[in-house]
Amino acid sequence: MLHSRRTDYWTAAALMAPFVIIYGVLFVYPTIKMVELAFTNAPLIGPGKWVGFDNFVRLWNDRLFSVAFWNTLYFVLLSVVPGTLLALLVALAVNRLKGWLQSLVLAAFFLPYILPVSVVFRIWSWMFDKDFGVAQYAIAAFNDGQHVSVFRTIPLFMPAVALVTVWWCLGFSVLLYIAGLRNISVEIYEAANLDGAGRWAQFRRITWPLIWPVTVLVFTIQLILQFKIFDQVYLFAGLGARYDPTMVMVQYVYKQAFQMNKGGLAAAAACVLFLLIVVLSVLQYQLLRARGQR
Amino acid sequence: MTASADLAAPLATDAGARRLAGLRRLDLLGLGLTLITLLAAIVFAFPLYWGLITTFKPEYEIIRPGVALWPEHFTIENYVHVLLQTKIGYWYVNSLITSVAVTVIVIIMAAGAGYAISQLNFPGRQFFWWMILASFMVPIPALIVTHFVVLSQLGLINTLAGVVGPQLIAPVTVIIYKQFFDSVPKDFREAAVVDGANDFQLLFRIYLPMNWGVTTALAIITFIGAWNLFLWPFLAVSSEDKMNITVGITQVHDAFGVSYGRDLAVAMLAALPVALVYLVFQRRVTQAIMLSAGIKG
Repeated sequence: MLHSRRTDYWTAAALMAPFVIIYGVLFVYPTIKMVELAFTNAPLIGPGKWVGFDNFVRLWNDRLFSVAFWNTLYFVLLSVVPGTLLALLVALAVNRLKGWLQSLVLAAFFLPYILPVSVVFRIWSWMFDKDFGVAQYAIAAFNDGQHVSVFRTIPLFMPAVALVTVWWCLGFSVLLYIAGLRNISVEIYEAANLDGAGRWAQFRRITWPLIWPVTVLVFTIQLILQFKIFDQVYLFAGLGARYDPTMVMVQYVYKQAFQMNKGGLAAAAACVLFLLIVVLSVLQYQLLRARGQR
Repeated sequence: MTASADLAAPLATDAGARRLAGLRRLDLLGLGLTLITLLAAIVFAFPLYWGLITTFKPEYEIIRPGVALWPEHFTIENYVHVLLQTKIGYWYVNSLITSVAVTVIVIIMAAGAGYAISQLNFPGRQFFWWMILASFMVPIPALIVTHFVVLSQLGLINTLAGVVGPQLIAPVTVIIYKQFFDSVPKDFREAAVVDGANDFQLLFRIYLPMNWGVTTALAIITFIGAWNLFLWPFLAVSSEDKMNITVGITQVHDAFGVSYGRDLAVAMLAALPVALVYLVFQRRVTQAIMLSAGIKG
C-alpha cells in the first residue's frame, strides 16, 4: 500500500467523527442514562436519589402498568397475525396480475403505507365518525340500525386501531412478500403443472414452504414495530379524551415522564420495554439465521 | 427440483391432454380471482379516496346522509380556509427544514462511517461495527425520557434542532452503505490509489457515484420517515409556531372549530409531499424498503 498507516487513522477519524459524536450524544449516553435513571426517584428534569429496585417493584404492583403491558400484547396479536396473513394473500393475488393492472393494484395496497400517522388518523376518524361516517352504514347493519362510537367503546377500541394499523402498514409486508414470490423460480411451478398438481397443492407444497423465510421476516419485523405502538393509540384515544383503559407501554412511559413528572419510574418502564424488544430482536436474529443454515 | 422435472417428461403427453382440459376451467377461475383482487383493491383504496373527495365538498354536503362519490358542488373553500386561517404555513416550513436536515446529515454521516468501516483499517473498527448492529435492536421510543433530558441539557427543547437530533440515529443506513461499499471491486480502488487519490477523493469520486442509486433510495426513505414521524416532534416542541405538520394538524385542531372538510383538507396537504415523492420515485422507494428489510433489491 502507498498509504501510510498514520494517514489511514486520520482519515478514518475524520470520516467517523460525525457518526461517533452523534451516536455518543444521542444514543450511547441516553441509553446508559436511561438505565441509571431507572434506579433513582428523579423527576423528568433534575437530580434524584438512588432507590435500588424500587421503581421496578412499583411497576410490578402498578395496575396501570399491567394494563399497558397486556394492551400492548393484545394490540400486537390483533395487528401482526392478521396483517401477515392478509399481506401474503394480497401478494399472491397481485403477483398473478400483469403489466399496468399489477402496478395499479399494487399502488392501491401500498399507498396508505407512506402516509403520516396523523393523516391516517384523520381519514379513519372520519370513516368511523359516529354521526356521519360511512363505516356506520356497515356497523348499523349488524347492530339493529344503531350507530356506535367505535373509539369511545373500550372493547372495540383495540380491534379498531388494529384494523386501521393493518390498513396502514400492509403495503410494506406485501412488498416483501412479492419480492419473495418473484424469487421462486417459474420452473418449479411448470414442473408441478406437468405433474398435474392443482392450485392448492402447488401453494401447499411449493409456495408456502419456499416463502416461509419471508413470512418469518415479515412477522418478526411487524412484531418488533408494533410493540413500540404509541401514535395511533394516543391519537384515537384522544377522541374520547380517555387514555388509561387503552394505555400501551410507550404511552405509559410518556404519561409517567411528561405528565406525572416521574422520570425514574418512566425510565424503569422504558427499560422493561427495551428488554422485551431486545429479546424479540435476538429471537428474530436466531430465526433468520436458522433459515440460512437449512 | 430438476429431478421432478425429469420424472415428469415421459408423462408430458398424457398430462398435457389433462392440462388442456383443465386450462379453460382455470381461466374462468383466474378471471374470477382477478375480479376479486380488483374489488379488494377498490375497497382498500376507498378510505383514501373518501377522505380526499370529502375535502372538495361544502360542509352541508359532507354531513348529508348517503354515500356521494362525487361532490354536487365542487369547492376548494376548505383548502382556502386552512391555508389562510391556520398556521399550516409554519408547520409546512418546519417539517421541510427538519426533514431535509435529517436527510442530509444522516446521508453524510452514514456514507462516511460506512466507507471507513468498509475500506479502512483503524483501531475500534470492529467495535463500531458491532455497536451499529446492536443499536439496530434498541427501540428508539424507549429513549424518549433520556432524549428529552439530554436535549434540555443542551437547551434544544422547543427548537427545530431538537426535533432533528434523535432522528439522526439510523443504523440501517450505515449498514447498507457498508454492504454496498464492500461490493465495489478492489481494482477501482487500486487504480485510483496508484494515480495518487486520497480516501476523500475515493469516496466522492468512486464509491459514492458508483452507488448513486442507493444514495437516492436512502435519501428518499429517510425524508419520508422524517416527514411522517410523530412521537418525537410531538414531545420536543410545545409552541405552535415550531410544530411539524404531523403534530400541528392533530394538536391545534380545536383552533378552527370542528369541521370535517377542513380537518381532512389539512390532512391531505400534510400527505401531499410524501405522496408526490412516492409517485415520482416509486421504484426507489420500493428498493429502499427492500434494502432496509435486509433484502438486496
